[in-house]
Amino acid sequence: MNENLFTSFITPTMVGIPIVPLIIMFPSILFPSPSRLIDNRLVSIQQWLVRLTSKQMLSIHSHKGQTWALMLMSLILFIGSTNLLGLLPHSFTPTTQLSMNLGMAIPLWAGTVATGFRYKTKASLAHFLPQGTPSPLIPMLVIIETISLFIQPVALAVRLTANITAGHLLIHLIGGATLTLTSISTITAFITFTVLVLLTILEFAVALIQAYVFTLLVSLYLHDNT
Amino acid sequence: MASVVPVKEKKLMDVKLGELPSWILMRDFTPKGIAGAFQRGYYRYYNKYVNVKRGGVAGISMVLAAYVLFNYCRCYKELKHERLRKYH
Repeated sequence: MNENLFTSFITPTMVGIPIVPLIIMFPSILFPSPSRLIDNRLVSIQQWLVRLTSKQMLSIHSHKGQTWALMLMSLILFIGSTNLLGLLPHSFTPTTQLSMNLGMAIPLWAGTVATGFRYKTKASLAHFLPQGTPSPLIPMLVIIETISLFIQPVALAVRLTANITAGHLLIHLIGGATLTLTSISTITAFITFTVLVLLTILEFAVALIQAYVFTLLVSLYLHDNT
Repeated sequence: MASVVPVKEKKLMDVKLGELPSWILMRDFTPKGIAGAFQRGYYRYYNKYVNVKRGGVAGISMVLAAYVLFNYCRCYKELKHERLRKYH
């Protein structure tokens, strides 16, 4: 059972060839590009969702921050669609791999910090010291603020990885428990099945929320630095 | 059997069985040709099921069902051991 539990997280290979790039590129097929003023229903629904999300997410930024609109919207679409596709049976979710999440988090965070240092150097350095701190505490507080700055990309990546991985593991475990319990006691199996249904609903929500949180935090770091 | 129209320009349904190997061999197997084949297949599916006036959920759910089936085939080797059998 232990070996079976984690086999859904290994790199997928087929006849010895790693097919991870194919699986990462698969969600892009589900988002056709609009070509007309009024398109088919799939594209219209996606356009409506993208407009709704972008208005909500980019309203807090200045003109300079809004140049990141394309990046933030494609980020939330990618993470959301990848997480949701991972809920299908037997599928592989790329966002469970820490390597990929670090690859998304570190460049984006570094981009926001570099933008801040380049255009508003004094204000970016001033973030290291909150207002109104007593003078003896200043050295320690600067160290703490530096640590909290450098932990931001790691926290972004690990948060996404841990949430999605934990959700998938729970579904595997409770599903296995339900199957084993059907031959032992039907009522307990029914209760466990109800837990499984609720957990699946939660996982749908978590998939979307994690995408939102990731993108929101990146946009927050951007707002601090533009 | 020789035919009046050259084999090269026929569609698959018009090719006679004896001409099939030569028809397959004359297909374009360069990377550009293969990419063109994928693109033609994608647009054939898209224009038939998704890009219509009153499309439904069938267009995208067929794609997702094929994705599930593809992943099942990929994992079959490990899933084989989890069947409810006395002897594996």
